[in-house]
Amino acid sequence: MIGLGHYLAVAAVLFVLGVFGIFLNRKNIIVILMAIELILLSVNINLVAFSAYLGDMVGQVFAMFVLTVAAGEAAIGLAILVIYFRGRGTIDVEDVNRMHG
Amino acid sequence: MIQTFAFYLFATFVIASGALTVMSRNPVHSVLWLILAFFNAAGLMLILGAEFIAMLLIIVYVGAVAVLFLFVVMMLDIDFAAFRAGVARYWPFGLVLAVVLLAEIGFAVLARQSGGIDIAARAAPTVAGKPNIEALGEFMFTRYLYVFEAAGLVLLVAMIGAIVLTHRRRGGGKGQNIDRQVRRRPQDAVRNMNPASGAGIEL
Repeated sequence: MIGLGHYLAVAAVLFVLGVFGIFLNRKNIIVILMAIELILLSVNINLVAFSAYLGDMVGQVFAMFVLTVAAGEAAIGLAILVIYFRGRGTIDVEDVNRMHG
Repeated sequence: MIQTFAFYLFATFVIASGALTVMSRNPVHSVLWLILAFFNAAGLMLILGAEFIAMLLIIVYVGAVAVLFLFVVMMLDIDFAAFRAGVARYWPFGLVLAVVLLAEIGFAVLARQSGGIDIAARAAPTVAGKPNIEALGEFMFTRYLYVFEAAGLVLLVAMIGAIVLTHRRRGGGKGQNIDRQVRRRPQDAVRNMNPASGAGIEL
């Protein structure tokens, strides 16, 4: 039988993969945003697993709000990426500290 | 039995496609692996009985977020090969950090299992036999109504922000200035001439 620990293990591995991805693709903002999506997905798996095993619906309600924030974050992040690329011609993270004004 | 098999199938695929998302050379492949990861996570949530969240994952993540990523990756003309140059330098540090993080999470789980932490009382107990969507909707539109509205506000702000940031006014376009149009009066625009017969008029 599949227990709560199994789901938590999957979510933990997915979370660590997301953090690893941020460090691995340090220059490429698009893949960093995708790694953040992976991290939020692992958080959602955690919330839903706890919700199912504790018999409490609040976990699933909260997972929906995490989903909302993830969608908004992706839209804003990609919009910033597009205008950044338009002005500079590159998406290298090393140059982001010059993003004034 | 079939539940165990399905869990291991989805879990293996979600982890493998997550790993391939962060390790792919081509960002387009990364997005496609991300979509596979979302599909398999939705499968995991289906096994848990959270049908609505599972469908939401497919609709919102695969249908909107991943397609947005795909558009941006393909629209921007970026030399992705240049980004791979630093990877050989970065991955040992990233791997060490990932292993440390995983060890910390494992330690936390062990500490939790040794007891001492009580789970709080259930805020919204599930009712046996009630469909998932019905139960979720009941809480969302009653007790969590204000939070739900706040989530809608977050999406509205994100939408307006994205439009304001990326919208570009092109020069040379011919637009309609409604204010000027309305303010224009006939006596400014039309002149009554009374030309003599046989002579031309001078404007």
